[in-house]
Amino acid sequence: MGLRELLRFAAAGVIANKLRSSLTVLGVLIGVASVILLVGVGTASQQSVQESIESLGSGTLTVSASGGSGTRTEIAELDLGAVEAIDRSELTPDVAGVSPVVNGTATAVWQGAEYEIASVVGSDEDYLDASNYEVSEGTGILAEDVAEDRRVLVIGSTVAAELFGGDDALGQRVTLGAAVYTVVGVLAESDSGTGFSDANDIAVAPVGAVRDTLTGYGALSQILVQAADSDAVDAASAEVGAVLDDYYAVADGDTAPYQVQNASDLLETQEDTAETFTLLLGAVAAISLLVGGIGITNIMLVSVTERTREIGIRKALGAPRRVILTQFLAEATALSLIGGGLGVALAYLLSNFSFAGYETVIVPSSVGLALGVSVAIGLFFGGYPASRAAKLRPIDALRYE
Amino acid sequence: MPPATRPVIDIRALVKRYGHGDTEVHALRGVSLTVERGEYVAVMGASGSGKSTLMHILGLLDAPTSGTYRLDGTDVNGLDEGALGLVRNRRIGFVFQSFNLIPRTTAYANVELPLTYAGVKAPERRRRTAAALAQVGLSDRADHLPNQLSGGQQQRVAVARALVTSPALLLADEPTGNLDSRSTSDVLDLFDRLSDLGRTIVLITHEDDVAARASRVIRLRDGEILSDTKTGPEVTRGAA
Repeated sequence: MGLRELLRFAAAGVIANKLRSSLTVLGVLIGVASVILLVGVGTASQQSVQESIESLGSGTLTVSASGGSGTRTEIAELDLGAVEAIDRSELTPDVAGVSPVVNGTATAVWQGAEYEIASVVGSDEDYLDASNYEVSEGTGILAEDVAEDRRVLVIGSTVAAELFGGDDALGQRVTLGAAVYTVVGVLAESDSGTGFSDANDIAVAPVGAVRDTLTGYGALSQILVQAADSDAVDAASAEVGAVLDDYYAVADGDTAPYQVQNASDLLETQEDTAETFTLLLGAVAAISLLVGGIGITNIMLVSVTERTREIGIRKALGAPRRVILTQFLAEATALSLIGGGLGVALAYLLSNFSFAGYETVIVPSSVGLALGVSVAIGLFFGGYPASRAAKLRPIDALRYE
Repeated sequence: MPPATRPVIDIRALVKRYGHGDTEVHALRGVSLTVERGEYVAVMGASGSGKSTLMHILGLLDAPTSGTYRLDGTDVNGLDEGALGLVRNRRIGFVFQSFNLIPRTTAYANVELPLTYAGVKAPERRRRTAAALAQVGLSDRADHLPNQLSGGQQQRVAVARALVTSPALLLADEPTGNLDSRSTSDVLDLFDRLSDLGRTIVLITHEDDVAARASRVIRLRDGEILSDTKTGPEVTRGAA
């Protein structure tokens, strides 16, 4: 018996009961599609975290306030003095630039249009570079803007779209909080969002102006330190630590009231979370694939029982045990393979949509794996019914009603 | 009838018992029988006479408890299931009371099936399948499914399927039991023609007019041969 006959028998078996076959196929389809899609979503979230890490720039250090311990328990108040101390120190050869950062939120109003900007950042001329933003229209924040506390604003693409729609944003006067700012630049779209925040929902202005009009003269939110190059990050971190320990008079053995973090440190935890997330999604999907497989066993058992008589006839006509076995195995495998193929197709189709803010990334290996697993499922879950069919004695099978 | 050097069926002292102890049933109590090539034999008997058991053993669907069975010169005792399947495929053509066509499968595919199992190549399969269907007069029904055929037509497809491998023995178990009188005579006419062509036919029935077509009638009762009559000079083996 050739392969062609075998495939023909299998196809006939699958087609013979269309509704039942399609329901079984549906089970495998859902299983395979969900494995591919959910792993795709998980991978996408991992990738977006990785991209965020890259876009944040590996050479950037963030100094933020944190609780100290020992004799000093208060939290450091980051101020411009600290920025200047780092900037002026002779002991920081690995530091290329240092920028103060204040953060706030404010509602921007322009000709009746209102938009609440998630992140209004006050900083200096180095901030955009340090944060890996690129200016697509107009200019960034210039050194003289910072020096003169000019009320100029560089806005992210989300803000530009929300506030100005299609209109040209450059030169427009926007009311931010209680003050009027002039838009001097629009940022290129950045994809460094982590899924929880939109990196394009931002407005950047000179730190003095923001403190004047929005945040007041309290502590800085952060100090951004640019290392001379990405290899010098650790050295820069140590140097900044030394300067700040001196500035805040931290005694030996006490925990510093601030912390210096490499930007990528911040995201490593998030990456771990994303990995766990992927694993979890994959596990859930694998369970649905397993259920699909059990569906195949069930349907093949029903099929064997229902076709006991047919099996008897085939055996009476001289069908070898091996042929009966392979026929039912081929049938089960055909069901699971069709389900797998359609599952892959569905996954590709659905991957055009985004889930929970993530573009799905189809991982070729997960496609191969899901297809391979679906064939294996056919063979494994079809095996028991098929061997039961093959073991039937023709006389018993023929008598079966 | 050409002188047959080896009988198609040669059974000696065939015994078949079912069950054990008190529930033991003797279906066959020592049956010996020889069927020569080209004979048309009808096996008759009431239900419980053992004729179905005999048919199953003759068809290698069941094994005897004791006794020997040579089919077309081959001793089939002690063959394993795979070998029995091979012998069934090559040497025996079955026609059942309930037709037993594979459902949802065309007449053509049903007839072709034994050839497929025999490993016959596709062009040869097509030729022989078409010839078998033509022989039963159903060439124009090749693409019909069993449920699109009348009972008589279904049984003729089954006969074509039994013939297609050119078996040594055509074994028919009450082939007209489920048919109306018209279809019955169609099918019996077909058997007559096959017999005229030299086929060896063993037919099981409980109807006298069906048995009347055969050239030899064997009556069974309680698992033993009651009589064995050839049309023409009667040969009676008294009840043992």
